[in-house]
Amino acid sequence: MALFKSKKDVLSADLASQIGESEGMGVRLRRMARKNKLAVASAVFLVLLVLAAVFVPVLSPYDAVNGDASTRLQAPSAAHWLGTDEMGRDVLTRLLYGARISLAVGVVPTMISMIIGVALGVIAGYAGGKTDYIIMRLADVMLAFPSLLLAMVIMYTLGDGVMNIFLALALVGWASVARVARSETISLKETEYVQAAKSIGVKPGRIIRRHILPNCLPALIVLFTLNIPSAILSESSLSFLGVGIKLPNSSWGLMVNMGRQFLYNAPWISLAPSAAIMLVVLSCNFLGDGLRDALDPHLNNE
Amino acid sequence: MAEKILLEAKDLVKEFPAKGRKKVHAVSHVDLTIRAGETLALVGESGCGKSTLGRTLIGLIPPTAGTVTFEGTDLTALSQKELAPYRRQMQLIFQDPYASLDPRMTVRDIVAEPLETYGVCPDRAATTQRVRELLDEVGIPEEFLYRYPHQFSGGQRQRIGIARAIALRPRLIVCDEPVSALDVSVQSQILNLLKDLQERFALTYLFISHDLSVVRFMADRVAVMFLGKLCEVGTGADVYARPLHPYTRFLLEAIPQADPRLRDDEKNLLQGEIPSPIDPPAGCRFHTRCPYATDRCRTEPPSLRPLEGRLVACHRAEEL
Amino acid sequence: MDEYTLKIEHLSSGFFTERGYVPAVDDVSLTIGKGQVVGIVGESGCGKSMIARSVMGLLKYPGRITGGSIILAGQELTGLTDRQLQPIRGKDMAMIFQEPMTSLNPVVPVGKQMREALLLHENMSKAEAKAEVIRMLSHVGISEPEKRYNAYPHELSGGLRQRVMIAMAMICRPKLLIADEPTTALDVTIEAQILRLIRDLSRETGMSVLLISHNLGVIAQMCDKVYVMYAGKIVEQADALTLFDKRAHPYTRGLMDSVIRLDASPQRLPAIGGVVPNLLRLPAGCAFAPRCPHAREICHTERPELEQIGPGHWCRCFERGRS
Repeated sequence: MALFKSKKDVLSADLASQIGESEGMGVRLRRMARKNKLAVASAVFLVLLVLAAVFVPVLSPYDAVNGDASTRLQAPSAAHWLGTDEMGRDVLTRLLYGARISLAVGVVPTMISMIIGVALGVIAGYAGGKTDYIIMRLADVMLAFPSLLLAMVIMYTLGDGVMNIFLALALVGWASVARVARSETISLKETEYVQAAKSIGVKPGRIIRRHILPNCLPALIVLFTLNIPSAILSESSLSFLGVGIKLPNSSWGLMVNMGRQFLYNAPWISLAPSAAIMLVVLSCNFLGDGLRDALDPHLNNE
Repeated sequence: MAEKILLEAKDLVKEFPAKGRKKVHAVSHVDLTIRAGETLALVGESGCGKSTLGRTLIGLIPPTAGTVTFEGTDLTALSQKELAPYRRQMQLIFQDPYASLDPRMTVRDIVAEPLETYGVCPDRAATTQRVRELLDEVGIPEEFLYRYPHQFSGGQRQRIGIARAIALRPRLIVCDEPVSALDVSVQSQILNLLKDLQERFALTYLFISHDLSVVRFMADRVAVMFLGKLCEVGTGADVYARPLHPYTRFLLEAIPQADPRLRDDEKNLLQGEIPSPIDPPAGCRFHTRCPYATDRCRTEPPSLRPLEGRLVACHRAEEL
Repeated sequence: MDEYTLKIEHLSSGFFTERGYVPAVDDVSLTIGKGQVVGIVGESGCGKSMIARSVMGLLKYPGRITGGSIILAGQELTGLTDRQLQPIRGKDMAMIFQEPMTSLNPVVPVGKQMREALLLHENMSKAEAKAEVIRMLSHVGISEPEKRYNAYPHELSGGLRQRVMIAMAMICRPKLLIADEPTTALDVTIEAQILRLIRDLSRETGMSVLLISHNLGVIAQMCDKVYVMYAGKIVEQADALTLFDKRAHPYTRGLMDSVIRLDASPQRLPAIGGVVPNLLRLPAGCAFAPRCPHAREICHTERPELEQIGPGHWCRCFERGRS
């Protein structure tokens, strides 16, 4: 012990000057925030949208379901910021109520498909061999179907309802997640630190929990933000095609569909939800890009 | 030799599948013994199979054929579960200190992993205390316990890797090119540390390296490997003073000497490239590069035989 | 007329990062005569590769040259735009890197990649260029050059790839070859072949070589003149024999002492304690002072200048007289 004690103080002083500041996730996110203003703006927009959707009963003086016949098809004005629809309902109010479903449809099925996909993908990637073969062929089959068609089939079978939409979209989405999780796992499995854990004798379950999942996380978070818009779009398409959300509920896809017949006279009915979909999709993409940069340790070493 | 044998490999073979039903002959019929307390160096150029051999010896890669015995127990006959108590006794230090530490774990968690895996300490606090002691042993001040790997330099990371390897107080440590990614001055620090630890904890090292200078400093005995086979095994002093195998001689001569007076523009250099381990040459595997090769070398593989107090695999060792 | 192939004067370059300016190269002057092989030796992060990239005009953002001049065969290179550098790069000066695989395009056969340079810089037809490439490949010791012409980089071994890189660098007969750790990724028997090849080519063609290495063995075997770098500064310079015989700077001595000798086996190796300083937080005095066994008070407060201590022998140390 004495051998090292004598040298330790010198080394300690050197190290202190050498080692950079402790840099946690918070610091990195803040640095990213400074670098990527677009991602921050997107995050702010999404948060505001969620808040507005939650507090819309308080914020809006209008009823979302029962209209006022005297104010049918009015153009945007001070009273109705985005105009009114064919039943005299305030489009902005309906848009925010619709956001509840559209955002939920973006997040919940994506979350479910992420959980299924990550579990199956990591198992396939780590186990390899037959397990890998079976899981991945199953995923191939899922991916071979046009996803919208598949979702439609599931919806027809299960019937309408928000829950069934969640289920249909989750079943459609897991396969692509599994592919990403599998390829991440395979490359992580070959890293020296996983080899090191194996050489120590760490059991597979713990290797996956401690080494593989945390290191997959950045890729998965990015994938999550990128999958949300596709779920929102799928729901919009399903509702547009008449197998998704049914009246008197509203979702953005349904609103676009309902406004279709008035596109010429009252374009705001369709355009407002369309713009909302576009903004949310873009925001998610920007946020995903920003997160990918922020979570990449290689971009943060210098 | 009075020292007892710690690990012994007999007729060890490791082949990997390659494209088109071919095989990579990474390790071909290797016999090797490691004695308790010694440092045995495994030297060879890239692709010669030295890393594969090291990992096969400690059971990290299952061999295609052959046996590995650890103090009389045949490890190749054991199940994964039965292997666990032996695996504890054999640890690995990796080449790349940047890749061998999980970037998302703190130093404490990295060094604690082996302790937690085998439940060495009764609780979390005791584990952390043990980690502090281990870090102290390798010269990392304890105030860096909760730092992440990327905040350290290469040498410091390698110290952390060493702390992890000695955490379970193993008998044998396989050091796989532990200093080749480090700067010269840092290299010496790490090599000194490895020697100190060996003395304090009576460790046995299998020291894998392509750098003959480093091996000269570390090794008691040296095993030279070429394309999956051993060419020469002997004490460091013998092999460096008078190499018997032509390949060993060329390796030693190729080292660039740090003395401008020793320039030799005419010295014999080994010609050609290393043959592919997918399709190794028949006979002696070195014959395609060997200037002394005869017809016998091209057809009959030489066996590792005793000569002048060491082992050598060359038909013409005596005459050359 | 200048007799130097390359003359660098008071060159400074560094990185502008969020945490401040990193002075990777600080006031470095060096000269390379025609046909000379000049070495820069130092540990990782000492700025040796940064010099090479400054000369080639290959500094990556946020790196920039902040002062000094680089004169290649009488022509000033600093201040030239990338476009103006283009005809000089590859023709008058060329560079080979540590890892040849990363500097070759993986989807183009190596022969075609080499031909590019000829079509770009010399007035040659495709057929002439191909013949020249094949001649060059065989010149650097590649057997069956016609076959290798169509090979993809991944089909070649590390040694062959480095030969291809050298052939590619040599193809327009540059006045200066910059070799940045050319053999660090190679095995020792291949390293010896490649080093001999570089030296033979230099002798044959009168080409100057700037050889960057951390390996004192490689430096000792190859170089006429050597510069030792530490923390962005040159700390000692001399011709190879003088440097190895009269090593004056404590850092040079520390480096040379850490080279392991093959003819003895000591119980411990002499090592330089501590770690390389962070360039963002350089000490007030000599950068090596915190690690130096001979450091006095003045070493911690004032920065020593590079002073001549013998014919062609310069050293940056207050203590250079003592040993």
